[in-house]
Amino acid sequence: MNDRLPDPRMIPPWRPAAVNAPAESPEARRSGAFAGYGPAGADPGGRHQAEVPDYDDPQVRPFMLTGGRTRPVRDDLRIETLLRALPAALSAPLRFEARRIVELCQRPMSLADLAVGLRIPLGVTRVLVADLLADGYLYQEEQPDELPIELIERIRDLVRAL
Amino acid sequence: MSGHYSHTPPPVTVKIVISGGFGVGKTTFVGAISEVEPLVTEADMTEAAAGVDDLDMVHSKTTTTVALDFGRITLDESLLLYLFGTPGQDRFAFLWDDLVIGALGAVVLVDTQRIEDSFPAIDYFEEHAVPFLLAVNNFEHARHFELSEVREALGVDEDVPVLDCDARSRASVKRILVALTEEVLARRLGRGQTVRA
Repeated sequence: MNDRLPDPRMIPPWRPAAVNAPAESPEARRSGAFAGYGPAGADPGGRHQAEVPDYDDPQVRPFMLTGGRTRPVRDDLRIETLLRALPAALSAPLRFEARRIVELCQRPMSLADLAVGLRIPLGVTRVLVADLLADGYLYQEEQPDELPIELIERIRDLVRAL
Repeated sequence: MSGHYSHTPPPVTVKIVISGGFGVGKTTFVGAISEVEPLVTEADMTEAAAGVDDLDMVHSKTTTTVALDFGRITLDESLLLYLFGTPGQDRFAFLWDDLVIGALGAVVLVDTQRIEDSFPAIDYFEEHAVPFLLAVNNFEHARHFELSEVREALGVDEDVPVLDCDARSRASVKRILVALTEEVLARRLGRGQTVRA
């Protein structure tokens, strides 16, 4: 058994199929996120996670949740984009972060709020949210193109009154 | 389940960007008025990076996560104000567009001891026609400068407001944000017209 630790800069191994296969459904992609993940050279005896070398430079680890994808399936999601889930989405077969997003979005939540609520980076949140939008579990709340003058005046007055 | 949720119009989200050099007080500024934990993280995919905008962390070891200042203020049930701090270092410039597109306006915090740190933010907002003002954060040990001296040193347009600020004070932060909305209104209505107070 080779006890040498993997290079700490090493990127965790992905199953390329999970990342690149174009024909897969989003659901399959999400499941794929977990299929390929594991420390390089992990022993078959099933020693505990605690023995996994502590990568001090976890370049891509946050994107493990997305199957390694760092680009969302749509690029119009801004940090303040307001998202909402249909109540029906709560009974959808969603797991982990996707499930949590749908729960949080029972009331309007911005992308930034979700990232804070889930304690995951914005970029990761953006990829997950884009998947959920594509699958119809979430929808995006419409916002005015340009704020009317009266609304800006109201913002000023409400800030002044804080 | 009532199903009537869809009849409530969604809140309008408004975004203000807080910018300025590394360690100028953006986190303090946002924290002085925000109702939430004032940080959100972003993973940096391009290279290993330095830490959050906090002076204690300036010399910390590199990490791959960048913390963005994040503040939320519920103005009323139909109006949410978000404050986002721009990352203080050049290497995170790729995050700026996402933060700035759609913003109502921007505050550039200025440290008079490191005035040149404000230039990238000023250039960016001028170039992108984002309404902004300069807020000179008064650090306790810094020599006090007249605002006119700061304006001259930064070479900004006469129209750009330059104000004193204490990022630790909620009242001061409020005053800056009110001044920014005034600036936005002045730009929208055209200079020369007086904005109704």
